[in-house]
Amino acid sequence: MSEHEIRLTVNGAAHDVQVPARRLLSDCLRHDLGLTGTHVGCEHGVCGACTVLLDGRPVRSCLLLAVAADGQHVTTVEGLAADDDLSPVQQAFQDCHGLQCGFCTPGFLTTITAGLRDNPQPSEDEAREMVAGNLCRCTGYQNIVAAVLRAAELTRSCNSGPPDAAESRTVDEGTLAS
Amino acid sequence: MKPPPFDYSRPSSVDEALSVLASLGADGKVLAGGQSLVPLLSMRLAAPHHLVDINRLASLAYVRGDADAVRVGAIARHADVEADADAARVQPLLRRALRLVAHPTIRNRGTTVGSLAHADPAAEMPAVLAVLGGTVRLASTAGIREVAAADFFAGPLECALRPGELAVEAAFPAAPARSGSAVEEVSRRHGDYAVCGVCVVVTLDDDRHISSVRAGYVSVAPTPLVLDLTEAVRGRAYDAPLDAVRGAVDVEPEADIHATADYRRHLAGVLTVRAVQAAARDAVEREVAA
Repeated sequence: MSEHEIRLTVNGAAHDVQVPARRLLSDCLRHDLGLTGTHVGCEHGVCGACTVLLDGRPVRSCLLLAVAADGQHVTTVEGLAADDDLSPVQQAFQDCHGLQCGFCTPGFLTTITAGLRDNPQPSEDEAREMVAGNLCRCTGYQNIVAAVLRAAELTRSCNSGPPDAAESRTVDEGTLAS
Repeated sequence: MKPPPFDYSRPSSVDEALSVLASLGADGKVLAGGQSLVPLLSMRLAAPHHLVDINRLASLAYVRGDADAVRVGAIARHADVEADADAARVQPLLRRALRLVAHPTIRNRGTTVGSLAHADPAAEMPAVLAVLGGTVRLASTAGIREVAAADFFAGPLECALRPGELAVEAAFPAAPARSGSAVEEVSRRHGDYAVCGVCVVVTLDDDRHISSVRAGYVSVAPTPLVLDLTEAVRGRAYDAPLDAVRGAVDVEPEADIHATADYRRHLAGVLTVRAVQAAARDAVEREVAA
């Protein structure tokens, strides 16, 4: 079994770690680097809880060997927000009650953060498609889909000055009622 | 749910990869996107001695669409192929089928060539390669060989790759004029493996009558089964009812936990009719657009 010296840049900070070849990236993040925000659910790529951004693209960290990510940039849920502020996606989850037990939430947050970058104005169907690869076992996905739409709105208002109060209220009522 | 121990190397050129694979022989296993291999390792269904990670072979990351074919390099991700405008224009079936491959997050890492080499009969891309009559290019220190799809898929999770060989490229032939394609599948949830699926290519003659119909099946046989359904509907107008193809769908699927053999056979018939109708319409739409 080979051991490897690797360098991962996680949330902007470089980490040099020695890992056995078989170490999954999810375990490296959690055990070697102590970043336990990345959650491990099914460990075979089905649940999406462990989703991180690898060079900006969402990937399952349980389906990636840490050694294979050597030299690359990883963004985990810990890296989504600056300081104590919530990112627009995190704020939207709070606003829309998009998390219950919270176990699946890190994977949703990373997936949606990247998804909104690719598609800043998703329709409800597109929002549902965006999160279709992530499982939440608490209940249905209504509030999570609402959070995607709310996050899109928050991101737009962040980018275009003060939020439009009337528009926010309309979306709030629509999404929270569902 | 942790992979068993193995050795690992990450060559930085194709030549180096081929010499590492040659020295390892049957002990070597190629790691591309790993979206099928890593779960197999974690579930201890596979225990290779040595993984050869090809993800740094940047020269194999290409997707190229030209007049003849869409050529996909060994580490082009499904998402890259799906997003490629030339690929979508040259062979529209690729993007249609890729949208049914797992979820976007998996497609960001999983590779199209890796999916072919994995040779899962429940996967879409092997059926696409098979129905299009594509080829896979295999390289080793001994040289290069091109293997036709019909010879490439040997059984469930078994392909023509020999120890020491690397699948470096897949070629998906371009869609000819007056041809159209469609994919239909039924899965328990969107993104799951299909209980049954079919990729269809229809070619029309100058009068927009059917001149050929080929169907490639997902999850109905140990390898991607291809049927020529032309005789059932030859000469019919593209927008006429084409239900007659159903009688020609001669498949012998297996039962499993998700579906009985009869249900799969039923789905194969129904989905084939839908896909043939859609592919015939697509042929006309492409012609009009062109």
